[in-house]
Amino acid sequence: MQNAGFINNKENEEDKHASLNPPSAGRVAFLLHLADTNLILAQRNAEWCGHGPILEQDIAITNISLDLLGQARNFYQYAADLFNQSTDLPGTIATEDSLAYLRTEREFKNLLLVELPNGDWAQTMLRQFFFSVYQYGLYNQLINSSDLQLAAIAGKSIKEVAYHLKWSSEWVVRLGDGTDESHERMLKAIENLWPYTGEFFIPEDYETSLLNKITMASLKGAWLLKVSDIFEAATLPVPGNTYMQTGGKTGNHTEHLGFILAEMQYLQRTYPNSIW
Amino acid sequence: MTLVTNIEEQKIWQILEMVNDPEVPVLSVLDLGIVRSVKVNDDKIDITITPTYSGCPAMDMIRFDIRLKLLEYGYKNITITSVLSPAWTTNWMTVVGKEKLKAYGIAPPNPTQIVCDTKLFAESEAIQCPLCNSYHTKLISQFGSTPCKALYQCGECREPFDYFKCH
Repeated sequence: MQNAGFINNKENEEDKHASLNPPSAGRVAFLLHLADTNLILAQRNAEWCGHGPILEQDIAITNISLDLLGQARNFYQYAADLFNQSTDLPGTIATEDSLAYLRTEREFKNLLLVELPNGDWAQTMLRQFFFSVYQYGLYNQLINSSDLQLAAIAGKSIKEVAYHLKWSSEWVVRLGDGTDESHERMLKAIENLWPYTGEFFIPEDYETSLLNKITMASLKGAWLLKVSDIFEAATLPVPGNTYMQTGGKTGNHTEHLGFILAEMQYLQRTYPNSIW
Repeated sequence: MTLVTNIEEQKIWQILEMVNDPEVPVLSVLDLGIVRSVKVNDDKIDITITPTYSGCPAMDMIRFDIRLKLLEYGYKNITITSVLSPAWTTNWMTVVGKEKLKAYGIAPPNPTQIVCDTKLFAESEAIQCPLCNSYHTKLISQFGSTPCKALYQCGECREPFDYFKCH
């Protein structure tokens, strides 16, 4: 990797992960993709804080936000460790903070889906559902990774995602098979979000270094099966083939990401070297 | 030599019993089951801990508190490492810990295999009200005041209460 803007000269924390694999740019990119996606969705969900439909659900969505943030930290910490091992620039150190807060839009590798505006509650629920189904399947694969730290993070996270999946599935059913208005809103949400789901399964090179193409294809099949099951219970139609948006994984984002980063990175850029 | 080391480690475990979870202060870090190992080599102490949830904001505080408590007892050369695997489970919570939770007004976790049901709208295994002991309780939300708790309400005494959810 190049000497990007996100490296600090700060001393690292005491948490060094043991037993690192041979460092590689592809692995770091893959970890950043996972971390960025979690971080941006955490940030989006956190926008509901104080605005949820009722108190208990407000707490639920912010709990999920916190889980995603914690998972993002684990990925960033590991990416920073690998980066620091592989860099040939002595004295330059990446940290979880520099990776999250000092990279630009074009350096972020998150899925486009997670940076889209929240819309109404239906759209936020549907996005969480689409994402949780995907994330559950993905982590289920990564648990078996030969990269032991990646497998450990996935094993830790999947227990949390199981709760996200259950909760968001219930909301899709509740709204889809609810009132006329809630059903209408879900239809609208499907129309808005569906074109952003194809990106999950279109692999970048940095992904195929850790997940082979067959695995990606089987993830796609399992995802569609689960979504179809829940949509059936929710009396919602599964859209047919349509044009799928891509670009997030390689840093080509919608206009929304810049605004998120501006808000999220303000503090770190204004008061450099702040820590979590 | 081995014997001496064990006695030293035993002392550390006893000190750790005095470090509490900042969010559920009746529980020690040992009750929670998050201390995975203690190793003593001469004056060097290595402690391994594991988070309950990935985003648990108490972890940094817990690490700080462990260090502070050991410093208080004169230990200086301390390394605290976080590991993620094997992932923490409520099964590691001690029996004493579960009793303390209940006395504190939080329903302790049921054994994992009974209650972790991912089926939609599934009725959970009955959770006992920590206040009046009734099993006539219902789930309000899987997500409570902290990541590790769910929100319940008792149908008898009508009180809402936290349940330390299975994980």
